[in-house]
Amino acid sequence: MLNYILRRLLWACVLFVGVTLITYVLFFLLPADPARLAAGKSATAEDVARVSHQLGLDRPVHEQYALFLKRLVVDHSLGRSYANRRSVNEMVGEAIPVTTALVLGGAVLWMLIALPIGILSALKPRSLIDRGAMIFILIGISAPVVWIGLLLQYFVGFKWGLTPNAGYCDVIDPPAGASCGGPGDWAYHMILPWVTFAILFAASYARMIRANVMDTLGEDYVRTARAKGAPENIVIRRHVLRNALLPVVTMLGLDIGVALGGAIFTEAIFNLPGLGRLALNSVLNLDLPTMQGVIVFATLAIIMLNLVVDLVYAMIDPRIRLA
Amino acid sequence: MTIPGVDIAPSGGTPPEPLLAVSDLRTYFKTDDGIVKAVDGVSFEVRPGQTLGVVGESGSGKSVTMMSILGLNPKPGRIAVAPGSSPGPQMEAFLHHSKKHTSVSTGQALFRGENLLQASQRRLRALRGSEVSMIFQDPMTSLNPVLSIGKQLVEAVLLHRDVTVREARELAIEGLQEVGIPRAERRIDDYPHQFSGGMRQRVMIAMALINEPALLIADEPTTALDVTTQAQILGLIRRLQAERGTAVVLITHDLGVVAETVDEIVVMYAARIAERAPVFSLFERPLHPYTWGLLGSLPRLDVELERLSQIRGQPPSLLRPPAGCRFRPRCAFAFDRCRGELPEATPAGFDPEHLDACFLDESRKLEESARIVAELGLEAEAAA
Repeated sequence: MLNYILRRLLWACVLFVGVTLITYVLFFLLPADPARLAAGKSATAEDVARVSHQLGLDRPVHEQYALFLKRLVVDHSLGRSYANRRSVNEMVGEAIPVTTALVLGGAVLWMLIALPIGILSALKPRSLIDRGAMIFILIGISAPVVWIGLLLQYFVGFKWGLTPNAGYCDVIDPPAGASCGGPGDWAYHMILPWVTFAILFAASYARMIRANVMDTLGEDYVRTARAKGAPENIVIRRHVLRNALLPVVTMLGLDIGVALGGAIFTEAIFNLPGLGRLALNSVLNLDLPTMQGVIVFATLAIIMLNLVVDLVYAMIDPRIRLA
Repeated sequence: MTIPGVDIAPSGGTPPEPLLAVSDLRTYFKTDDGIVKAVDGVSFEVRPGQTLGVVGESGSGKSVTMMSILGLNPKPGRIAVAPGSSPGPQMEAFLHHSKKHTSVSTGQALFRGENLLQASQRRLRALRGSEVSMIFQDPMTSLNPVLSIGKQLVEAVLLHRDVTVREARELAIEGLQEVGIPRAERRIDDYPHQFSGGMRQRVMIAMALINEPALLIADEPTTALDVTTQAQILGLIRRLQAERGTAVVLITHDLGVVAETVDEIVVMYAARIAERAPVFSLFERPLHPYTWGLLGSLPRLDVELERLSQIRGQPPSLLRPPAGCRFRPRCAFAFDRCRGELPEATPAGFDPEHLDACFLDESRKLEESARIVAELGLEAEAAA
């Protein structure tokens, strides 16, 4: 077991270097000069050259990458933003709680929607519940997140005034001068982002759960359970759901891992200062250190969640042994 | 046909009251293509301690017959059919109009005098696993992969008996020992994937017998196993049956398996009974052309044949069964009457316990039967 985890972590390091290296290479393939952008509109060629030297952009790519790795490993620093010279550690650190709140709250919401819909529609195929669920699933999967977000924002937030249109409030320690703060305000501002973020996943999870439950209902061991004289609720709970929801656990872990890297659309629509928005801005500003900072965190999140999924899976499925 | 060491002589004395008496059982399913008449007028009896073999091709209705009796078909409906009226059209009408049900059964299945086809699901649940147990074809998939076999056995006990978990576990260990699982007290906490196919079928048998049922329905219990394991599992079922006096219905498509195991045979073809007879009588004087075909397709080591014969053609569709005798399109002996009428299983003149559903003259059948038995070398064995 320990051996397995060590091996996985070693692989994670390889993966990590690969992902960050690719980011560097891709960045320098871009036909744009970050130094020119950082130097400002009226900068002379000399100014640009000086900024380029300050940022270290005049050095070869491999040296820059080596410097990035050294800083990360030795100083645990992601460097400073090209755009505003702020510490990337700080910027990413501020964005992580926002995205985490959005993703975890969204995940709870989408499971709360998907589990009952998926299970009920599988148990009563072609019923009213099932047909209603199919319509929901179809809409949820085909409607773009942006469109859903804007609709919610317009109707729920603007027309009906039930929730704020956009913005984020800190749960604890709102900065001085902030217009809002505390758990109540925080949740109030997160309602629309959660719903927007959850709908797509709720739809695809409901579909997956429905399919898994229907498949499992046809399994021989479910027939065995009925032949034993087990009442339907035990058959469903012990024999169907236990098996049907195993793959859902995997999917949930992987999806959360990916989403933690930034829910770009949702964050952009609702103006949430999360990783997605940070990543978007850093790309627009050609701000390599910030971009790299988000990617480092996203990569770590995916790697860790993958590992957690594997460990959890080994715990809940006796057929899996880690070695 | 005999397998050495197996006694197929008729049991003497008057037959006791039947444990299970099925009469005119019909089960229809609603599918996207139409109504499938999976069982269409089947009658037989099982007496206490007796072994009944049900033989037939895949799709002949063997399994569905047993599933109907236990109410295990998908979304089963039930309708009362007025005596004397024909149930078929009423069943079709019921399935056409019902939104809730995808299958319907009519007829009678008297278990100790109680008609299971009219019993509530609650009553059927109480009987399943305690009075009537079932084991299935594929032991690899019939056990829940995420529960230890101990949990599954304990569940079977607790569903029907008022004992503590500890006592149920003791019973489970005993059950596993009885079916020959070595180191049962340790292996009880293992999961199904840690057992071989034969061992899993032993676990299934232990689970089916743990509440000492009066009737065990074994649905092709050896089909998925290799030949040596098959023999062991059949031997195990026979031994436990002898020890406990359990009646067994053995569903199989292998006549060789029934020959060595059962007292009476029902041969099913296309949802109906083609022939039903005590085992010695069936092998001595098979009366139905379909049975002749089945016997001819048995592989044998002791008789030299050019090649195994096979029954020409395909089994009919149960969506639109052929008019008249269902076997007519494949039968070498068919004549005019077979086209127009559906033959019922009727007792033979020489033995009221030997029934067959064929319009041929009995003398003609006996003549043909004798020829086939001689050709296959069955007569010497039947006499033995």
